[in-house]
Amino acid sequence: MPVEPMGLRLQDVSVEISGTVLVDKLCLDVGAGEVVGLLGPNGSGKSTALRCVYRALKPSGGVVWLDGDDLSEKGMRDTARQIAALTQDSRAELDFTVEEVVALGRAPHQGGNLRLDARERRLCRDALARLDITHLAARSILTLSGGERQRVLLARALVQEPAVLVLDEPTNHLDIRHQVELLVFLRGCGLTVITALHELNLAAAVCQRIALLCKGGLVTCGKPAEVLTPDTIRSVFGVEVTVVTHPVTGAPQLLFDLPVDSNTEEIPL
Amino acid sequence: MATETAPPAAAFRLLAEPGEVTAKQLPLPIILIGLTGALALSVVAGIALGPVTVALPDVLRLLGKALTGGTIRADEVIDYAIVWNVRTPRVLLAAVVGAGLSAVGVAVQALVRNALADPFVLGISSGASVGATAVVVFGLFAGLGVLALSAAAFLGALGATALVYLAARSRSGLTPLRLVLTGVALAYAFQAAMSVLVFLSPNGQAAQTVLFWLLGSLGSASWESLPLCTAGVVIAIVLLLRRGTALDVMSMGDETAASLGTDAAALRRWLFLLTAVVTGLLVAVSGAIGFVGLVLPHVVRMLVGSGHRRLLAVAPLAGAVFLIWVDLLARTLVPPEELPLGVITALIGVPVFLYVMRTRGYAFGGK
Repeated sequence: MPVEPMGLRLQDVSVEISGTVLVDKLCLDVGAGEVVGLLGPNGSGKSTALRCVYRALKPSGGVVWLDGDDLSEKGMRDTARQIAALTQDSRAELDFTVEEVVALGRAPHQGGNLRLDARERRLCRDALARLDITHLAARSILTLSGGERQRVLLARALVQEPAVLVLDEPTNHLDIRHQVELLVFLRGCGLTVITALHELNLAAAVCQRIALLCKGGLVTCGKPAEVLTPDTIRSVFGVEVTVVTHPVTGAPQLLFDLPVDSNTEEIPL
Repeated sequence: MATETAPPAAAFRLLAEPGEVTAKQLPLPIILIGLTGALALSVVAGIALGPVTVALPDVLRLLGKALTGGTIRADEVIDYAIVWNVRTPRVLLAAVVGAGLSAVGVAVQALVRNALADPFVLGISSGASVGATAVVVFGLFAGLGVLALSAAAFLGALGATALVYLAARSRSGLTPLRLVLTGVALAYAFQAAMSVLVFLSPNGQAAQTVLFWLLGSLGSASWESLPLCTAGVVIAIVLLLRRGTALDVMSMGDETAASLGTDAAALRRWLFLLTAVVTGLLVAVSGAIGFVGLVLPHVVRMLVGSGHRRLLAVAPLAGAVFLIWVDLLARTLVPPEELPLGVITALIGVPVFLYVMRTRGYAFGGK
């Protein structure tokens, strides 16, 4: 289904909870069809900012715009028809089957109880096949490994047929093959994607732009090669890196400069 | 992409196309028809059996007369009184209470996203107990006659609900964990209050009366106690059924719910209110019957899966059948005494629950 991607704009978004400022006047533009990565150390406000986009949190200041619409003036279900999210709090406690979980992606499109028509069933089956989990369809979600569950939740987000995909650490728990497949998919899906990532090199390989966050504020935003420099990485993450260019793809890649091991002392056996 | 080991053919249920072989699961209509039949049989059995057994043809004839009007012979007056005035309302009330407790159990487990929850974990029944105890000990609401206990229990339930709500409320709404912790903590406080009332009571019978009430009984069932309770339970089940998918979505976590367009906080407030009112109504007529609201939802989940629409269609029927038989046992095991229902629900419920949990591939809380 060709869904028109939509542009997303965070304008001076602030989140303050019990006196703690988690996100501070964050401004970020994500163009229609663009893949933008949010990077930053733990507690830098990535997840909090994303929560404001998928409406789990109301910003205490600022506006999130979706193609010129103020999100806070749209209904929750309206938003969910255009913005799908892979969240971090997906610890289901009841033993729903995989197909039941995936089908819930259609919930925002239907008022009341879910009743899938032929097109929607095909949509769900396509999503299962695309994420390589068709064989799990009848399994209980509680019996899956972390990576399998992550793919189930992603399938559910796709079934929402969103214009914008919000992903909070989507590569968590995924083995390397599924990480690479996911990132390839993100680049080719044609949707607007905003994703928090921990893995800097994967981000550099997949994101068209990277926004670097620290202590709730935007440090810098730009093409991976502009953002991922030894200086910014040192100031934001506090680690030393050497930047090299990937010999095949040309993407910048970071090599972490661990302190050289001076432990050459011989230990008696 | 072809993998080395071809995955087994998909067994869809929800996503199956018409005519496709589906994952094995009993079709819902068959379960519903079966349970409705079982319910009808149970109602008739519940009316016929008891310390005095009324022959089945007589039961059916007298019921027919009662429903359609007409005359009965003089020697049938006692049987008629047993069948129509005593047992029929009692059996129907058992069905209504069983259905209500099961439905509310499903609702509470979704509400606090905790499968160990039941309608009583939120402190509602303890609050009701305080109200009921006050009636027993002080003779409150004496003007209401036999309804005094029910009225006081209902008011106690609502009062407890309000307290739990106010104490659990936080900036981020009613979070499941706070709700459970507050409910459990306040339940202890209510129980303490009730114990003090009983302890200080000049009425020596108070302790026994309160204990019997606490363990649940349908002994006070009458035609008058049926309509309000039935209406409450039916309305609650219909409302819950209409929100089946929303409950599914809420079970996935509040953030996920938001990303799927459901305001979990608002839904939780609504569920809490619904639960409180229905539990209050049920506790008022039957006392605190434990275990039904905890176990029935689990047993039904094992049969039909966790989808709330299927669950809410089946659980009330199963609960109704279950409680009719529990009540029948309660009044026939040691005649002429009546056992409290809570004793029987525990006696049956605990082993059945453990057995089902251990034998079925029920993944809850394990693996």
